[in-house]
Amino acid sequence: MTARVVADLNAALHSVMAADEHLHLLGEDVADPYGGAFKATRGLSGAFPGRVRATPISEGAIVGAGAGLALAGGKAIVEIMFGDFIALAFDQIVSFAGRSVSMYGRRVPLHLVIRCPVGGGRGYGPTHSGSPQKHFVGVPGLSLFETSAFHDHTTLLRRMLSLGHPAILFEDKVLYGRRMHAHDTLFHRTGLGTLDPCARFTVEGAGRADCVLVAPGGVAERALAATRSVLLTDEITCEVLVPSRLYPFDLQPLLPVLAAAGRVCVVEESTAGGTWGSELAQQLHTALWDDLRAPVRLVHSADAVIAAAPHLEREVLVQDTDIARAVKEVTAG
Amino acid sequence: MTTVQERPPLGASEADLELLLLIRHFEQQLLELFAAGELSGTTHTCLGQEYIPVALRTLLRPDDFVFSNHRGHGHYLARFADPAGLLAEIMGREGAVCNGVGGSQHILRDGFLSTGVQGQSLPVAAGVALHLSRAEAGALAVAHIGDGTWGEGAVYEALNLAALWRLPLLVVAEHNGIAQSTPTELQLAGSVAGRAAAFGIEHARVTSQDLGEIRALLEPLLAAARSGPAPLVVEFVTHRLGPHSKGDDTRPAEVLAAAAEHDWYPAVQDERFRQADERIREQVAAVAREVAARPRSVWADRGCR
Repeated sequence: MTARVVADLNAALHSVMAADEHLHLLGEDVADPYGGAFKATRGLSGAFPGRVRATPISEGAIVGAGAGLALAGGKAIVEIMFGDFIALAFDQIVSFAGRSVSMYGRRVPLHLVIRCPVGGGRGYGPTHSGSPQKHFVGVPGLSLFETSAFHDHTTLLRRMLSLGHPAILFEDKVLYGRRMHAHDTLFHRTGLGTLDPCARFTVEGAGRADCVLVAPGGVAERALAATRSVLLTDEITCEVLVPSRLYPFDLQPLLPVLAAAGRVCVVEESTAGGTWGSELAQQLHTALWDDLRAPVRLVHSADAVIAAAPHLEREVLVQDTDIARAVKEVTAG
Repeated sequence: MTTVQERPPLGASEADLELLLLIRHFEQQLLELFAAGELSGTTHTCLGQEYIPVALRTLLRPDDFVFSNHRGHGHYLARFADPAGLLAEIMGREGAVCNGVGGSQHILRDGFLSTGVQGQSLPVAAGVALHLSRAEAGALAVAHIGDGTWGEGAVYEALNLAALWRLPLLVVAEHNGIAQSTPTELQLAGSVAGRAAAFGIEHARVTSQDLGEIRALLEPLLAAARSGPAPLVVEFVTHRLGPHSKGDDTRPAEVLAAAAEHDWYPAVQDERFRQADERIREQVAAVAREVAARPRSVWADRGCR
């Protein structure tokens, strides 16, 4: 059986720390025996003493300190305990780390990765369940990645640390306990693209897809569940693409698949309004205007705070039933 | 017969005096260029506060990393004595330190960085200090901030880190009594000393403008910060003679007159001074003429990704 996502991430952190003595890791409660709120950093403080530090509750300062380490020629990974708290570090990320790469008139290398657990579905309530990806889309000098059960974390972290500019890794909390690479046997998995490959899921034995779902991170499995549902009940064939890099988004390797289907749903857990998906939809409309048979359909959470009570939380967050409904609507025309 | 060696005014050496005058005339030249419509954007001059980076100059080492702020021309000139590069940056001309992208407030050059967001530099300086404490024993991260910056939360997060982790971080607080247009008493509760004390961080208050006195006071404190290592807050009681930005001074005449009484410039009116003053004024004017005649700067490597 494959490792759980959090164990794969933990192994990846061990691997990148061991590979580079100039790499530091900072974060609240990341040191042993606690090992981080979600245990992603377990064992690191013992293995790399002096390079892994539990910090005060100071998101701005620890991201800034990480940027300072990077500015001085080192590298840093900073863990934000819950992704919602990344708002406290917004200035350091957007106005310092992101801008410093280019605002001094030449390229200034800055090797900084900010990890943040995101997403709901666990009843943590309004300030511990958010998906803040959309707030960081389109920031010069900043790249956005999202973890999944289908992307090897060592490869991903190595890639992010080699960029020479700051990057945020969004980690959907519901994934931590899932098994790496485990998926419904209904699907056949391949990949699209080489640099930041999308995991591609097609239905075994099916012909051309009626619709393509682009669904990163934690919503990927909901998209796969919806795909199973519409196939069995409505005979609609979908395929699902799970990207690891959200921004900048390399559309090119996906275009043949998207053009062939002519119908696209972009799925994300973000609450409505100004989302990553709407940015992607704009790109898709421009690139595929002649091939699209319907407007790109956005599927996201409601325009609401994320409630604590499970039944209320479900009303806000994207469910597989919402995705299935969107697929049926977009393929109806 | 013994001759009594007279102490030079301000305890300034020849090099100190030239640097003081370079910064003074550079800033005045900028205000003149603004008035003539030759500059765009904004600029924050350090008129009256020139002596602070000049005093620190001999106390800093080449491997120290200096973080400057919006009022940073003096800090830059004290470190590099490069009026042409800085003016070209501000005017967007060839030879600009950052190709004209950063402008007055965003400069990066060998161990010197300025940024235009208040308080933002302190966490970054803490990170650089963390690096220095491991890689360059004895080197300091030096961050200049103003009294108004003590309203920012980032300052306290960084001080907490610096004290906890015993980081070689020198915070230079240039307390000029006014935050843009708001006097200290309307924007700062308590005191800078009290805030440093709250974190268990050493604090020194400098009221003198005499470079010799300042250096004598600070030398052992900086040495302790280096060898500790430990953070240190040095608060300069100083006076801003000019506007916050170009031409936006709303202070009443008597307040301006009181600030002007603290100007170091009239205090050094000996023959040596008069000669240097005229020479450097002309030198800066010549730099301005030469830089203004250069072609526009080119931003070739935008590479933000």
